[in-house]
Amino acid sequence: MTTTRRGLSLLLVAGLGLVAASCGSGEDKTPAADGPVTITVGCEPPKSNPKERAAWEEDVAVFQKAHPNITVEGKDAFPCINPDTFQAKLAGGTQEDLFYVYYTDVRKIIDKKQAADISQYVGSVGKLKDLRQDVMSVFKANDNTDKTYGLPRNNYNMGLVYNRKLFTQAGLDPANPPKTWDEVREAAKKIAALGPGYVGFGEYSAGNTGGWHFAASLYARGGSMVSDDGKTAAFNNDEGKAVLENLKRMRWDDNSMGSKQLLQWEDLMRMMGGGKLGMMIGAPDVVQSVNNDFKGKFEDYGVTAVPESDGKFSLSGGDGYMFNPKASPEKIKAGLLWLEFHELTPGQGQFNYARSKEQGRPVGLPIPDLYGNSAPGNEINALRKQYATVPVDNFTPYVSAQGNITNKLEPPKAQELYAVLDVAMSAVLTRKDADIDKLLSDAEGKANKILAKNT
Amino acid sequence: MTVTQERVRRPQALGAADPRSPDDHGALRRAVGRNLTAYGFLCAALICFALFSWYPMIREIVLSFQQNNFVDPGEWVGFDNFRTVVADPAFRSAWLNTAAFSGLALVIGYAVPFVLAVVLNELKHAKAYLRFVVYLPVMLPPAVAVLLFKWFYDPGAGLFNQALDAVHLPPLSWLDSTSTALISLVIVSTWMNLGTGTLIYLAALQSIPGDLYESAELDGAGLLKRVWHVTIPQTKLILLVMLLLQIVATMQVFIEPYLLTGGGPENATVTVAYLMYQYAFNFGDFGGGSALGLMLMVVLLVFSTIYLRVSREEAER
Repeated sequence: MTTTRRGLSLLLVAGLGLVAASCGSGEDKTPAADGPVTITVGCEPPKSNPKERAAWEEDVAVFQKAHPNITVEGKDAFPCINPDTFQAKLAGGTQEDLFYVYYTDVRKIIDKKQAADISQYVGSVGKLKDLRQDVMSVFKANDNTDKTYGLPRNNYNMGLVYNRKLFTQAGLDPANPPKTWDEVREAAKKIAALGPGYVGFGEYSAGNTGGWHFAASLYARGGSMVSDDGKTAAFNNDEGKAVLENLKRMRWDDNSMGSKQLLQWEDLMRMMGGGKLGMMIGAPDVVQSVNNDFKGKFEDYGVTAVPESDGKFSLSGGDGYMFNPKASPEKIKAGLLWLEFHELTPGQGQFNYARSKEQGRPVGLPIPDLYGNSAPGNEINALRKQYATVPVDNFTPYVSAQGNITNKLEPPKAQELYAVLDVAMSAVLTRKDADIDKLLSDAEGKANKILAKNT
Repeated sequence: MTVTQERVRRPQALGAADPRSPDDHGALRRAVGRNLTAYGFLCAALICFALFSWYPMIREIVLSFQQNNFVDPGEWVGFDNFRTVVADPAFRSAWLNTAAFSGLALVIGYAVPFVLAVVLNELKHAKAYLRFVVYLPVMLPPAVAVLLFKWFYDPGAGLFNQALDAVHLPPLSWLDSTSTALISLVIVSTWMNLGTGTLIYLAALQSIPGDLYESAELDGAGLLKRVWHVTIPQTKLILLVMLLLQIVATMQVFIEPYLLTGGGPENATVTVAYLMYQYAFNFGDFGGGSALGLMLMVVLLVFSTIYLRVSREEAER
């Protein structure tokens, strides 16, 4: 009834946004520029994470000592990025010189020319040639020009996260997680049968997360979201139907997915952390989030490959840094030195596992996987094993399956397509009589319109 | 209250006396000096309105005709953004859902506070306590209130289904069903906001002269007849003003679908404001978001104009 609060809600979301919218290795002593240069860098750990913050500050000190001309000014935030504020920060001139970004948003940012082209400088990064090509392709323009717009910090692909404790309680073997969807169904039924509130398998269906996981399941079955030329939708086929039919069966025939639907990211994290959710599609970073922010314990969770994805694809995800389009060449050169030191060098920065162990931080997760089987990748894996603090065996099924799974990037216009497929996902999970053929056909029509506009 | 108004008005009246009299510049200075505090407050309000209301509105209008990456100067694209959003399959659903939400909110959210006010007005005991209880939800931050209902609506352990179970009724899907999701949002919205409406109605009811009710009672009118023949005619203007405010407010519904349903299931709760948010912040298309915002603004402008006319009429009464 009152207008004030509604007005405030809308103003906060639209008004304020629109207001703002208007407006090398650590030991390398080579200076980045002739004169002093200051770079602002996003994703500095907040003070509420004192261990990570201390590590960051120590790294900044080491880096600045090696590069006396460069000053690194971290900008802390938790979470590292709120996509809602991206445009406003850019327009308001408060975007960092090196800004943090999720893979999902990279394509959109490149297409809209909201990041600097770093192609002529990136060659100075020594480890560039060793980085996985599929990972680097995330940060390249999609126009055959081979231009580069950023560097990765984290990389992973989707698997099946499961609660080992619940597996044991349900009489299942946590060392042998499901390899087929039939096995997932059986396991989910047993977990759901543990009692009220237990959910065998959880899945998203709102806020664009449903479409995101539809893509993950589709890729794992060998499907694609769009055609090779990116001009038309490619999910209205047997693989797409299989994804929805499987969910429909688990939801309505098996009753193993719980009655509460329209779940979004935080919902499943909370359920997983609360110890009543058996399985979900997710990468090893889910275990990290559940442990750090949702009261779960590392040792209770395991990760394996998405069932039946052997020889097929896995949706890749991750994050990295891009450069402010207004950053000067000096800032870009300095920024690349910082990224090489802090994000890409084995034993340094984020890969300083000796320090992480000393600080009591988790070591041993099989991510980030930036280098694959190249020399730096093997070195990182060896360090990870040497300083492991979490039960690495819990991730063995996921790691050993990687050799035969190809990472696949998110589709163009990812968020728009995910919004369209949220409808299909929410339909099969909330309506027993959902017509899968019609849902996919409708979604295909909508997606084609979006992609036609894109091309 | 009277004293305060008098204190404010007196210097304004003095300031209005011909300040440009050539032989009286001192008087002008004194008038300005006397009103300095008032001008200070006025300036602060004007700056706030300019920064947080008028400027965003103007920017929104500009952005709706531009393709803008906020790095290069915006490119004028005519009505392209409008064509894009109108062609969006969710556009129609968003307007229909918004209209349905406003309609349902009128049926539920408009009537409930009035009935509550009438009941509270008739009560002889515990009036202050009940007024406090009714107003209590307004004091909760909207996000907290909405998340509270997220738990109430939980199909398993939620309060509502537990209550249904207690009286041996089957559970409802609430937010998870296309047929009940929107009305579930209306219930949240009504609960969150009914306190203010109730108090405004209550104030209006208390300004009705008691002798009108006495006369009606002497004529043998019961409660319903008294409400129909005395209360409603006497509060007609307030009711109309509140109706218009209700329409303007409910058409901007955002926080409920954003926090409770993410627009689902099957777009059943996608509203215009939510779609606007999707365009601007999830798709990075401020042009499309602004175009939607402008459309909504034009629609609301009609209701706002009527509201202004009605409220002026009330002020002159």
